[in-house]
Amino acid sequence: MTRRETAHPRTVADLDSGQLPMVRAEKVRKHFGPLEVLKGVDLEVERGEVVCLIGPSGSGKSTFLRCINHLETVDGGRIWVDGQVVGYQRRGRKLLELGDREICRQRTEIGMVFQHFNLFPHMTVLQNLIEAPLRALREPRDEATARALALLEQVGLADKAGAYPRHLSGGQQQRVAIARALCMRPKLMLFDEPTSALDPELVGDVLTVMRELAESGMTMIVVTHEMGFAREVADRVVFFDAGQAVEVGPAQQVITDPRHARTKAFLAAVR
Amino acid sequence: MTGSTTRPEGRPAHDAGPSGPRREAGPAGEREHTDGMAADDLTVVSKRHPGRWVTAIALLLVAAATLRSVFTNPRFGWDVVNTYLRDVSIGRGLLVTLELTAICMAIGIILGVVLAVMRLSANPVVRSAAFLYVSFFRGTPVLVQLLFWYNLAALYPQLTFGIPGVSLDANQLITPILAALLGLGLNEAAYMSEIVRAGIQSVDHGQGEAAGALGLTKMQTMRRVILPQAMRVIIPPTGNETIGMLKTTALVSVLAVPDLLYSAQILYARNFQTIPLLIVASIWYLAVTTVLTIGQFYVERRFSRGNRTLPPTPVQQFRQLLRTHTPMATGRSTP
Ligand SMILES: Nc1ncnc2c1ncn2[C@@H]1O[C@H](COP(=O)(O)OP(=O)(O)O)[C@@H](O)[C@H]1O
Ligand SMILES: [Mg+2]
Repeated sequence: MTRRETAHPRTVADLDSGQLPMVRAEKVRKHFGPLEVLKGVDLEVERGEVVCLIGPSGSGKSTFLRCINHLETVDGGRIWVDGQVVGYQRRGRKLLELGDREICRQRTEIGMVFQHFNLFPHMTVLQNLIEAPLRALREPRDEATARALALLEQVGLADKAGAYPRHLSGGQQQRVAIARALCMRPKLMLFDEPTSALDPELVGDVLTVMRELAESGMTMIVVTHEMGFAREVADRVVFFDAGQAVEVGPAQQVITDPRHARTKAFLAAVR
Repeated sequence: MTGSTTRPEGRPAHDAGPSGPRREAGPAGEREHTDGMAADDLTVVSKRHPGRWVTAIALLLVAAATLRSVFTNPRFGWDVVNTYLRDVSIGRGLLVTLELTAICMAIGIILGVVLAVMRLSANPVVRSAAFLYVSFFRGTPVLVQLLFWYNLAALYPQLTFGIPGVSLDANQLITPILAALLGLGLNEAAYMSEIVRAGIQSVDHGQGEAAGALGLTKMQTMRRVILPQAMRVIIPPTGNETIGMLKTTALVSVLAVPDLLYSAQILYARNFQTIPLLIVASIWYLAVTTVLTIGQFYVERRFSRGNRTLPPTPVQQFRQLLRTHTPMATGRSTP
């Protein structure tokens, strides 16, 4: 721990300089019982960058993503988002896990989109969008509502504000979920296989929304099996295997001309 | 392969190569289209259920015989029942019963939610405390618990609550009604906590994660996201618990709390009209449970919002029954 801390002599002033990467993960380790899921993952994601995580099922992609917003606690290493250590606070030589309230504040700045949408079924689409702005950011209702309606317009669902999620198609639900995350005005968006649960003909609409979001300059980390999307939209691609970031490189290169044998084998299999 | 000869076609099963089924499908498909009329001309007749009519008539006969006996047997004392149905002390007893039910259920629900959240806590001490509470209260008869509370003074004559300067006379503090509230309410909390826990656990894990990822605190997540969804699972058994509680309050008559039953008992101890007064009490219990059952239906309906289909109201059910079961109905599918 101490060694790692001295390796990062950045001061608070440095942290605000905007020169820092948006996400910096250093030797992140995580295990569930005896199973070692992350074996020291290093990754930096620049501001405005789109990074796609690919790799076989069970390789730890979701776990890594969930560590970034502290849905999972890490067992070793550290993650910074916008210069702040996620989930912990330095007190002398120790890293103390933050309290519920402080962790929640960090999470308000990180949007997350799940494979199964996880919309709140008892709320309308509009209520889904404004719930967190009202409760977590304590925004006035009319402000949150105005932004929510604009976002729904942006994802092509302006007419669904009053609908319940169950009455929407999977593709529409996922676009609502993206709008819900964006309604918190996050600095960073995490996507965990956002199109994997969708019927093939609905994938396009969701990818279009994500592409537009990427063009608008949002920093995004996307776990995906959509190689076409990764090649076109991502700046860099990270290939995960057995809890390690085996290969990191420009999207085009990793997908069309992988260096590592394991990446080659995986890409050959998914094609 | 051995069974293949017994097939009706007399053709070995393994013989049917890839072309086998296709060969048959052609002519069979054609036959269907040429033999019958166009699909529009056919009348759809649903299956008849003669057995249902026989059972229904038999049950109606039994009901008629029972009713006849009830109204012709003079020992039921219907005139006495009629007089006491609106008796003031019965009315007051009914009020006490309703109050007890409401307050005990309120204690049960609030404490039940707390206990359920404790049961699901990450802290093993908190978890065990809730577990022990539930085990204790579910594991002993509520009548015994009532008597315990009533006789608390024998155990702790002076209640200090561990606060210096506080010393209350338990005999004065624990009135029969307070013993009743404590006994029934704390016992109910144990049952309610199990119901609430099942409800919370029925909510998809992703819901809590999504709420957490949006930055809602654990408390906000529970109150705004988890509990409202758990309601659909919690409400029906809670309705049953409320109806059960209404009847369980009759136990407090052993503490001489003047509830509905005890009020009836006081009256028949004087005039010996035991059966009619028990009928009076039963009629009131039945009336209130009926109202509660109707209320339960509409509350359940309200909490299934966001579902594709709402359960039909009795009026809707009755219309549906008429549509499908009238002897006059031709059974034709909707035009
Ligand atoms: N909460 C958990 N408890 C135990 N094992 C888990 C848990 N979450 C994930 N795992 C295991 O960790 C491994 C990596 O999972 P995951 O990160 O979901 O992989 P991926 O998203 O790449 O498919 C899998 O073997 C999975 O079974
Ligand atoms: Mg995954």
